[in-house]
Amino acid sequence: MNDNLTLAGKTISNRLLVGTGKFPNMPVVKEVLETIQAEVVTVALRRVDIESKSDNILDYIPKNCTLMINTSGARNANEAIRIAHLAKASGCGNWIKLEVIADNEYLLPDNLETLKAAEKLVAEGFAVFPYISPDLSIAKRLAQAGVAAVMPLGSPIGSKRGVKTAELVKILIKEVNCPVIVDAGIGLPSDAAYCMEIGCAAVLVNTAIATSRNPVEMAMGFNLATRAGRLAFLNATGGSNTAEASSPLTGFLRTNE
Amino acid sequence: MQVTVNGKPQTLSGGLSLLKLLSEKGLDKKRVVVELNLEIVPQEKMENTLIKEGDSIEIVSFVTGG
Repeated sequence: MNDNLTLAGKTISNRLLVGTGKFPNMPVVKEVLETIQAEVVTVALRRVDIESKSDNILDYIPKNCTLMINTSGARNANEAIRIAHLAKASGCGNWIKLEVIADNEYLLPDNLETLKAAEKLVAEGFAVFPYISPDLSIAKRLAQAGVAAVMPLGSPIGSKRGVKTAELVKILIKEVNCPVIVDAGIGLPSDAAYCMEIGCAAVLVNTAIATSRNPVEMAMGFNLATRAGRLAFLNATGGSNTAEASSPLTGFLRTNE
Repeated sequence: MQVTVNGKPQTLSGGLSLLKLLSEKGLDKKRVVVELNLEIVPQEKMENTLIKEGDSIEIVSFVTGG
């Protein structure tokens, strides 16, 4: 069945996007990405630690994956734009997960600064994937600005509390003219399945896989759930408040009928 | 000469190019991005870009992240 997703002109078939943070080690990241045949993978940019040599994450990401470079650490639009420019100069593509956070307690995004940065970066030719609180006005403006998708949070980053913003995410899916990808807070495969069932284009999962007992098995679970949810979205028919018999209502073994 | 590398003061010998600095630090120019006084320096220009007294240099690379 052909059910591909086109993001920023690139066609992908795996709708489970994977973050690479917090894994026990880098070989596990590689095993996860290979096992589920991940196609879109997030990384971040940081100062090199000049005093101590460490492995480079790029060596553990399969070559066919598209990198989505996170602007994490940016506290305002200008800092995010600076990080995006550095990312582009690396030669690793122009997909930017635009994350602008000024709040250290909940890591909730600054939607206004995110919009400012998005408008600038889209104009410069970046494929922009803004991480947002699910606000309809902002999401519409981002779509008008030409972002590749909007990425509302399900619950705070790394909290694994599930899709607490579901009602708002549903509104974005219905009203915003670009793909919607739930990005943070997904804790269990059922959360991923739910996001796909309500019509998300994809989900982005990191902590729930990376901090599980066995990240490879957990990733397999998320992969199946994402697929299952998508199939349900495409094929499910509505329910009813009363019973609808599944067996024929004729030919009962009763007298006088 | 005194410069700042990734936010920390460093003393470097004069006339050093950015490329030489990277190799002294054991860094591959293809795996890092370098900003000199907030301007990104393309890989092909690193060899001919000389570091000057008071320069601020940022060397960044990809790390794991969500």
